[in-house]
Amino acid sequence: MTGASAALKQPVPVPALPRLRAPLVFGILLLLFIALVARSLYLQWIDNAFLQEQGSSRHSREIEVPAHRGRIVDRAGEPLAISTPVKSIWALPGQVEIAPGKLALLAQALETTPQALAKKLDDGSDFVFLAKQVPPEVAGRVAALRIKGIHDQNEYRRFYPAGETMSHILGFTGDRDVGQEGMELTQQEWLGGKPGSRRVIIDRRGDVVEDVEAIRAPQAGRDLALAIDTRLQYLAFRELKAAVDANRAKAGGLVILDAQSGEILALANWPTYNPNARNKVAREKMRNRALTDVFEPGSTLKPFTVASALESGKVRPDTVIQTAPGTFTIGSNTIHDAHPNGALTVEQVIQKSSNVGAAKIALSLPPATLWQTLSDAGFGTPPNTGFPGEVSGRLRPAKTWKPIEQATMAYGHGISVNLVQLARAYTVFASDGELKPATLLKGSGPVAGRPVVTAGTALAVRHMLELAVQPGGTAPKAQVPGYRVAGKTGTAHKLEGRGYTNKYVSSFVGFAPASNPRLIVAVMLDEPSAGAHFGGEVAAPVFSAVMGSALRMLGTPPDAPQDNVILPVEGSEVREET
Amino acid sequence: MMVRLNLLLLAVLVLCALSLVTSRHQARKLFVELEREQAQARSYETEYGQLQLEQSTWAMPVRVEKIARDQMRMQIPGPRRIEVVPGGVPR
Repeated sequence: MTGASAALKQPVPVPALPRLRAPLVFGILLLLFIALVARSLYLQWIDNAFLQEQGSSRHSREIEVPAHRGRIVDRAGEPLAISTPVKSIWALPGQVEIAPGKLALLAQALETTPQALAKKLDDGSDFVFLAKQVPPEVAGRVAALRIKGIHDQNEYRRFYPAGETMSHILGFTGDRDVGQEGMELTQQEWLGGKPGSRRVIIDRRGDVVEDVEAIRAPQAGRDLALAIDTRLQYLAFRELKAAVDANRAKAGGLVILDAQSGEILALANWPTYNPNARNKVAREKMRNRALTDVFEPGSTLKPFTVASALESGKVRPDTVIQTAPGTFTIGSNTIHDAHPNGALTVEQVIQKSSNVGAAKIALSLPPATLWQTLSDAGFGTPPNTGFPGEVSGRLRPAKTWKPIEQATMAYGHGISVNLVQLARAYTVFASDGELKPATLLKGSGPVAGRPVVTAGTALAVRHMLELAVQPGGTAPKAQVPGYRVAGKTGTAHKLEGRGYTNKYVSSFVGFAPASNPRLIVAVMLDEPSAGAHFGGEVAAPVFSAVMGSALRMLGTPPDAPQDNVILPVEGSEVREET
Repeated sequence: MMVRLNLLLLAVLVLCALSLVTSRHQARKLFVELEREQAQARSYETEYGQLQLEQSTWAMPVRVEKIARDQMRMQIPGPRRIEVVPGGVPR
């Protein structure tokens, strides 16, 4: 023991270390340490972009905040177009892992068969829509199945409660809720919402736990109020459809204007389509004919010829014009009246719709004067309703007119118009000679128009138009019980290729109550082929039905007794030729 | 003396740290709740739109007229059956 302890006490020879070794090691360690600190400082303060991005990509997300598209409402605030959120379900077939049992559940949720679903997933494409625009509940049931490789996305779908009665005015939107036709297209800027986005922090399960910043605030679309009155629109549509069916016409249009403000209260077209199910609708049916198609107006233009002549002082309402023998030759062309009359006053020329009379009145005027009146009444320029693709019609410059052309233009041939233009032109006679702007957007009350003729001329023509619907005129069937009506028929041969055919466009434009006009109604039927084709036979009854019901709906006080309608004895009706 | 003060400060520090944790937790909880309420609000908005749509679809004149004519056998009175009361506004 003692020996051992003695041995331990023996001084152990310590190997001598090189003198600089310890400081060297220490120095190296220190340098490494400094390098580490420097690197971390560098990463923390200077070159931090990469790591920060990596970090935030693991927990921070930029998510879209959806914005609604604005509604379209009618003048009473009744909704006509509403967007509601829907979901579309899509799959990446390569990534889909699905248990056989779940396939059946998925098919059930999507209301299809497992076979159809399996076929969709096996067709070899990288991306496939399983269901488009389904209600959120359906998408919820699909999401609850938690199938890998199946996703959904938010979309909006636009619904149109009025369906086919109003499709031409409203138009429709495409997949991304962007306007493609009609008012949806022209008012895209106003209606469209701008989605916003915000940055958030999400947790492991993908739930949002914190708002970091709002990048862009969402901007909801604004509501758009149209001038349309849903009740009148339906009435117009119903009567037009009935008339097209009854007369076996190819197409038809009906416009109701507010006589005071020029607002378009109803605009119906046939044929039409249902905007809620328009997958296989022909382009043809989508045309808003009342604004995008032109036709030769025929006799509905005569009042403007007469107004121009009254205005220039060439004639007075009681000036006598010789229309016998019912034909009138200009150069090599001859104008005919179907039912020859003798000497007629200017008033009677309108009442009986004499082509010869109208042509003689027109030829008494310098071409520029007649052109000016027609142009001031809005012919030859687009009606500016704010609808895409509206046409201007054709009114050739007065300098190019030959006498025969001036004569035919007097009764509405050699000039083309659209239905809205024609209806709007009649605001001149329904007001004190002012042309009102025709608008599809809701305005606020009466508007000042552009003067076309004096109040005296407007009143005189209005009186002639009243005569035209009374017995002895061309359109007794346009009369409305309880109201005084003023209006004019038109029956025009259709122009096809190089000449006129025996197909017709029958029209009627008029307003009521004549003592204080409230509404203007214009009806046009294209190629009626069930026998009758005169405007007074075909279009006037439609006018009467629409005008009567519309005035009653609006609560307009009657200005005539209820038994004011006097129909002429059968067979004695006066018919117009054009 | 110094030791006591240090202990006190330590205790205050711990308290602060704990309260930070709880308030942070609270904030998260409230935020989640806010999110839920906002989602709810959005879904009510959606539902409102759908109800408007439904109401508007039910109230379309096409349908009203069909019911009035077919089920209730109503009809528009002819001119002979209409009496116009002079002086306008009924009371």
